[in-house]
Amino acid sequence: MTTTLPLVRHLCAALALAALAAPALAQEDATTDDPVARGKYLVTIAGCNDCHTPLKMGANGPEPDMSRMLSGHPQDLEMPPAPAPQDPWAFAAAVTNTAWAGPWGVSFTANLTPDRETGLGKWTLRNFVETIRTGRHLGRGRAILPPMPIPMYKHMTDDDLAAVFAYLQSIPPVRNKVPSPRPPATASASTEGQ
Amino acid sequence: MTSVRDTCLLILRLVVLGAVLWAAAPRAAEAPPPLPQKLSETGLFARGTREIGPDKLAYAPQYPLWSDGAVKRRWLWLPPGTRIDAANPDAWQFPPGTRLWKEFGFGKPVETRYIERLADGSWRFAAYVWDADGRDARLAPAAGIASLPVRQAPGGRYTIPSRDDCLACHDAGAVPVLGVSALQLSPDRDPLAPHAGAPGEKLEDLATLSARGLLEHLPPELLSEPPRIAAATPRARAALGYLHGNCGHCHNAGGPLAALELDLEQPARASPAATAATLATLVGVASEFRLEDVGTRVVAGADGESLLLARMRSRDPLVQMPPLGTAVSDREAIALVGHWIRDDLSAVQARQEPSR
Repeated sequence: MTTTLPLVRHLCAALALAALAAPALAQEDATTDDPVARGKYLVTIAGCNDCHTPLKMGANGPEPDMSRMLSGHPQDLEMPPAPAPQDPWAFAAAVTNTAWAGPWGVSFTANLTPDRETGLGKWTLRNFVETIRTGRHLGRGRAILPPMPIPMYKHMTDDDLAAVFAYLQSIPPVRNKVPSPRPPATASASTEGQ
Repeated sequence: MTSVRDTCLLILRLVVLGAVLWAAAPRAAEAPPPLPQKLSETGLFARGTREIGPDKLAYAPQYPLWSDGAVKRRWLWLPPGTRIDAANPDAWQFPPGTRLWKEFGFGKPVETRYIERLADGSWRFAAYVWDADGRDARLAPAAGIASLPVRQAPGGRYTIPSRDDCLACHDAGAVPVLGVSALQLSPDRDPLAPHAGAPGEKLEDLATLSARGLLEHLPPELLSEPPRIAAATPRARAALGYLHGNCGHCHNAGGPLAALELDLEQPARASPAATAATLATLVGVASEFRLEDVGTRVVAGADGESLLLARMRSRDPLVQMPPLGTAVSDREAIALVGHWIRDDLSAVQARQEPSR
């Protein structure tokens, strides 16, 4: 007893210190001049991992699979046709939270890691900023689909977007080819003119 | 005691000092005047009329952008005494004050788009929507108009682009002015180019602009031998020209989409190497985008397996190319590009096979 008490006391003190230190560290990341650290903070609090890091089942329920951090919808998880929505249900999501079906069709969250072939490795800062600002792929392609919160994120400052991009370019690349989005079942394949 | 004379001298010194400081202070750039609310205020019309001003230069690119069958007219105006620097035939530099208009019509004018180069060298874009009586057009909101009722337009609806939509195309090329370049205004016009020309109208081209003295530093060989895409067949020339005019402003080697490594832009100084470079980014190249089982940009000899054609044909917003500015696919161009892939490219491939 006498030998364990100091240990418990030290452990409690360490935990208390860690609890006190954690907010201070977050505060530091929020105000740092280092764009990578600032970007990490923004990616964390903006919830990018919620959809771009696949969920896996842990002891306490679904949790982000950080071995595939920000790598988007897993290429090996083929999604069957989504169940038909039944009013007032409008959306369906995959167990990984990386594929979403709704009135827009089926969207798959993108691979945000710097893998050159399947992620953002070839993207420039301009590509990234224009994508978020316009809500179009690479700033000029197809629309970025729900649930990506473009209407909110488009208001980020240039500095914040640059920090997010700097952080995303610094994380480990994950080779994962995310499928192309699928159009809604009712979409017409072709409308031909003169 | 300070005399009246000393006081006056002090005031005079202060006034002179203030004037010197004011003159030396950096002047904030003068903000441009707001966009005119009416098309008639942009300078397009002759004074007091609704006729196009005589100083406006009508032109038509030989490889025009498909706009769902709209009849289009275009005009260019340069401030008096200024010229276009044509040293780079693929990226003409326009003087500040340059203005361009492009009218879209279905039976009657619906919209006129306007581009202006400001004094500081920046560009601004606007769209004007024509009144029902056809007397004038009014500035559209910056967000555009998603669905304007126009009886003769496909589906009875017409889309006015947002300013962001304008930039999506006009900010991706070497210069924001698309369609005014040595190749697009070449007098050696492509007879197979879809939707080219505006019948019955006198149009400017490279030769007439040069003769008017409106081009400086134009490489002289472009007048003696006007730009012409160096393609294996007339159909290949027209297909590559169509892709240049409809896709090349975004899909090129130097713009923001360069990372896609899809180069559909053709240079004015044409060469077999230039067209080969385009084909090298197209034929047999896997696409980042897949459409069911189709994932190769172009399969020589197999138009049905070519993603390029599938995306030209589709008008699903997630699939279609171009991604904006059109709601109806271009049947004439699909036929042209389809034949080119099926017949011309397979012939090229067949010639290359024995040497492999």
